[in-house]
Amino acid sequence: MPSPKRIGKIEFGLLSPKEIRTMSVRKIIWADTYDDDGFPYPQGLMDLNLGVIDPGLRCKTCDQKASECPGHFGHIELAKPVIHVGYTRLIRKLLRVTCRSCSRLLLSPEEIQKVVGTEDDLTGDVLSEKDIKKERLCPHCGEQQLKINFEKPTTFSEIFVDDGKKIEHKLTPADIRARMEKIPDEDLRHLGINPEVARPEWTILTVLPVPPVTMRPSIILENGQRSEDDLTHKLVDIIRINQRFKENQDAGAPQLIIEDLWELLQYHVTTYLDNEVAGCPPARHRSGRPLKTLSQRLKGKDGRFRGSLSGKRVNFSARTVISPDPNLSVIEVGIPLAVANEMTIPVQANPFNIEELKQMVRYGPFRASLSQPCGANYVIRPDKRRIRLAEGNLETVVEMLEPGWTVERQIRDGDIVLFNRQPSLHRMSIMAHRVKVMDGRTFRLNPAVCPPYNADFDGDEMNLHIPQTEEARAEAAILVAVEENILSPRFGGPIIGGIHDHVSGIFMLTNQLKWHTKEEALYLLKNIEVEHLPKPGEEKGGVNLWSNKQVFSTVLPKELNMVFRASSCQNCETCKREMCERDAYVRIIDGILESGTIDKKAIGAFDGQIVNRIIRQYGMKRAAEFIDDITHLSIRAIMLYGFSFGIDDEDLSKTEYGQIDEVLTNAVNDVQRRIKIYEDGQLEAMPGRTPEETLEMQIMQVLGKARDRTGEIAGRHLGLGNSAVVMAVSGARGSMLNLTQMAGCVGQQSVRGERIMRGYDDRTLPHYKKGDRGSDAHGFITHSYKSGLNPTEFFFHAIGGREGLVDTAVRTSQSGYLQRRMINALQDLKVAYDGTVRTTGGRIIQFCYGEDGTDPMKSSFGDPVDVKGIVESILKEEV
Amino acid sequence: MHAEFDEAIENAELPVKTKGQLRTYLNGRDITEEQFITILERVIKEYMNTRIEACEAVGIIAAQSIGEPGTQMTMRTFHYAGVAEINVTLGLPRLIEIMDARKEPSTPTMTIYLQEEYSNDRDRAREVSWQIEAAPLHEFGDIVIDMENMQIVVQLNTQVCDKRKISVAEITEIAPRKIRDRRHYRDFDHEVEEKNAIMLFMPKDRESYQNLFQLAEHVRNVIVQGIDDIERVVVRKESGEYILYTEGSNLKDVFEVEGVDTTRTRTNNISESSQVLGIEAARNAIIHEALSTLSEQGILVDVRHIMLVADMMCMEGEVKQIGRHGIAGEKESVLSRAAFEVTVNHLLDAAVANEVDELSGVTENVIVGQPIQLGTGDVKLIAKPLN
Repeated sequence: MPSPKRIGKIEFGLLSPKEIRTMSVRKIIWADTYDDDGFPYPQGLMDLNLGVIDPGLRCKTCDQKASECPGHFGHIELAKPVIHVGYTRLIRKLLRVTCRSCSRLLLSPEEIQKVVGTEDDLTGDVLSEKDIKKERLCPHCGEQQLKINFEKPTTFSEIFVDDGKKIEHKLTPADIRARMEKIPDEDLRHLGINPEVARPEWTILTVLPVPPVTMRPSIILENGQRSEDDLTHKLVDIIRINQRFKENQDAGAPQLIIEDLWELLQYHVTTYLDNEVAGCPPARHRSGRPLKTLSQRLKGKDGRFRGSLSGKRVNFSARTVISPDPNLSVIEVGIPLAVANEMTIPVQANPFNIEELKQMVRYGPFRASLSQPCGANYVIRPDKRRIRLAEGNLETVVEMLEPGWTVERQIRDGDIVLFNRQPSLHRMSIMAHRVKVMDGRTFRLNPAVCPPYNADFDGDEMNLHIPQTEEARAEAAILVAVEENILSPRFGGPIIGGIHDHVSGIFMLTNQLKWHTKEEALYLLKNIEVEHLPKPGEEKGGVNLWSNKQVFSTVLPKELNMVFRASSCQNCETCKREMCERDAYVRIIDGILESGTIDKKAIGAFDGQIVNRIIRQYGMKRAAEFIDDITHLSIRAIMLYGFSFGIDDEDLSKTEYGQIDEVLTNAVNDVQRRIKIYEDGQLEAMPGRTPEETLEMQIMQVLGKARDRTGEIAGRHLGLGNSAVVMAVSGARGSMLNLTQMAGCVGQQSVRGERIMRGYDDRTLPHYKKGDRGSDAHGFITHSYKSGLNPTEFFFHAIGGREGLVDTAVRTSQSGYLQRRMINALQDLKVAYDGTVRTTGGRIIQFCYGEDGTDPMKSSFGDPVDVKGIVESILKEEV
Repeated sequence: MHAEFDEAIENAELPVKTKGQLRTYLNGRDITEEQFITILERVIKEYMNTRIEACEAVGIIAAQSIGEPGTQMTMRTFHYAGVAEINVTLGLPRLIEIMDARKEPSTPTMTIYLQEEYSNDRDRAREVSWQIEAAPLHEFGDIVIDMENMQIVVQLNTQVCDKRKISVAEITEIAPRKIRDRRHYRDFDHEVEEKNAIMLFMPKDRESYQNLFQLAEHVRNVIVQGIDDIERVVVRKESGEYILYTEGSNLKDVFEVEGVDTTRTRTNNISESSQVLGIEAARNAIIHEALSTLSEQGILVDVRHIMLVADMMCMEGEVKQIGRHGIAGEKESVLSRAAFEVTVNHLLDAAVANEVDELSGVTENVIVGQPIQLGTGDVKLIAKPLN
């Protein structure tokens, strides 16, 4: 295969009138598009020389069909020159820096040198408007210069002073063009303009290129009517005015009329180029919608640059709702049969696979159940012609199939696909999974891969892409695969790991010491490939028993040694180690869990200590297997023990309710007491704060403490027998604060970190007296979610909740923009082969990446080497 | 630990940090030579494994690593960071502020460390704080408007002056001068009775009460001690020494105050750091500020990512913004700039200047549909098949 052509560089310049005429295939003079038969007018805007959009016709210039002809430019000869809006600022600058009579720079050669520097001196600047003094004499011809006024969008005028009166004299585009023409090339170079590609007079248009029809296709509505593109509409306007202008000019119309028409032509050309110019009413469609003209096509998020060129639409992709399937491996993705039947992979036929491919073609596009092998949807002949496989042609195609043909076969189990969820905030938002074709209509994924995608199952949808070439599949399998992305390059720790029930389940399994019968042990290990159970840890009454820690240890690699503290660790001053009553001291020696509870800290996403150690010691693949095992085990565990949460799990006993009431009454009274002190003027303000602010801070503190106290009271009653406590302690979901709010007291509602103050004059709601500073009047909720909120509390709760919603909405847009800016600023950086960080252009940013050349992903939470882990695993003790 | 072990660690090709970690973990432990050798081998092997690979698109990874957790950050602008009295912008707004390279942060603050003689003694620390905290005249005595004689009488409190280590003579000299220079109010005369510690201010226009009150306002609020920009100073004890936290920032003047440890004192105003201490200081300030903003929110981000951003911002010798008016807007490639923001203007200007896009960056090559020069797209080596 010949190597594809590469574009080396792109040069930018202006089109000269001559170039416009040369590249034009047709001069356009008629404003009409189609005649009564629906055939384009010759020399009209839809002239057949400009390319074709109707499938049946052939282009008159290149004789190709609509699908092949790229289109060709035409041109309009303008009756009089008009200004290009995009260049008004350049024109203003040039008018101000050049002489009005001889058009040379208003600086003597010495003055120029002062700014620009000598020819071989590269430090010089280009000249700007500021380098020239106002209204001076021309150093070359001695002409007095006048002030140039510019009025948006396209009016230029000179100001005379006559008898002390200011007289404004309008400059026509033709006048300006005449001046521009005279500016010598040398002077233009000093102004940062390359006269070879951009003479300034070319910014004043005398000929207008007419873009090919292919870039402004007309569409045919259901009623058979043609609807023209916005650009065509605008061009029609231009031609119409241009014609009228010419006629009037030839007829010798009065100056006033000529000027009016000139201005009208200028307006149409201006809006044709940019329909959002300041000081210029936008041209509108008949329906009142502003037209989308050239600038608008390029600009903005959905414009040509960001919408069509930087981001492209693709084939071979699918999108549907996602749902969880804990029985899948983390590296797999479940794909509905309906999707799998539509998606194909091209396979080139060769003598070795031709029989297999023939079989696939024989099956055709009809795969009705999971048990059937995959078929094929298309066959591509060596001449690139596609044959769609359908009921009738299967056997004939099989006959024809030979090496050199390509078969597009349906995807099947084990194929590699890219899986993605928007917003794609980091590279783990796209990962390669192995296909598992399944029933149903949703994509299925193991909940352990939710954190990198930030996915949940409340209706989220995800996209699937099928790599089409060997290179793409190789990259997907080696670089993008899930097992290669367990570590996050953000902080060098695992980002895939157990979540929610995985953590609760493994916590319940491993917490404290429990004994299981053989049946139970085998039930737990059902989905894990364990060849032999370890020796029973205990025998009781002739029954062999296995401890929960033994069961867990079967999934650990044999030589693993590590010691750490679980998330249930309370950070006691002196650690009781193995004697910890919470069983939070985790010790794994030679792959056996000697003590401790496995929870979020050990296997959770973001923390996963064990996962992290396995990656470093055994590699990513083993870690992926471990995550599979651990999730399967914990799901079995949670099924064995059972796990549920209901309204009565929030119930407390009478004593606790009494205590909570007492705490809250005391707090409310304390607040009243402080308010009294404040109102008596006895409150001593904190330094730098007003007494009022001090009071508010004190109240917040008192009420915050009161809520925490109710939490403690509730927590004392609810032990590890309570599911919510299990979830909070293990780190699976929620916190003790959530439990406090459900069972104890919801607490203070706040807006911007302060008590709720808004509402009516001097009060939040008409239920309270004006000036009431009491706790209940400003959003303190004494009830719990379980007991229910009273109407005012409910209202305050809604206020507090709304703030959170607004916050999220604002934050997403702001952080999205920040990220876009950062990506744009840093995207060209890479590590060169010499270890330096450079831009793709070759500029050095860092001499050694990150000052030590360590890959943050491979690092151990930032450290180049996980010394502690290595020492621990060899010495087999805590260090 | 054996001396030979120590020597082996010293001679190993490892970074200083790793060597230090090795020593701390092995020190005081009874280990065999065999164990030591395996440990050292494993450490060296892991060190070789963690080297960054060539062609890695480190810029994009850095941008994603800082941008992705942005959605998890709070928007709460104000927070009381450790010191209850001082407000600091935190969270996402602060991060945006750093990346924008604003001239002035919305809440400038300084952390002033003191020299040893001062940092252990609360009173001496307080003395330094008085030299820094802007104190208006009314804190030093009573100010009475004498309407009968159309004058303002300032009765200085000598006890306060003594406590604050400022002499009456100094105050009487500074106050009128500052009213003229700093507050730009000149229509007054003044007299001093130094032995009674009394100052008199008379407006030039003796007829207007309005002027008298205006002058009184100036007299009351004129800063006679401390640095004008620093509105408040809080003294706190942290890890065994007294540290000053300020609201407002003026690095240059604070450095001249006696007792200030200029090697550790810092401001959160990055552009000020850059002006006073230079671009390397600005780079460090960016890294420090960004890192502490992120970690305050409990977000773990590797320093290397932030370093890269800081290096990119400081590359040209001045702090450049991440965005339209900085790095992204000054790129060489026309297409890349056009694809970012203000599309049309970049294209029009490129035409006049006859700019050439060399198609070296990422966006440009995506636009023209070519492989990008990063990662696997950057590998030019092709294996020749064995025949």
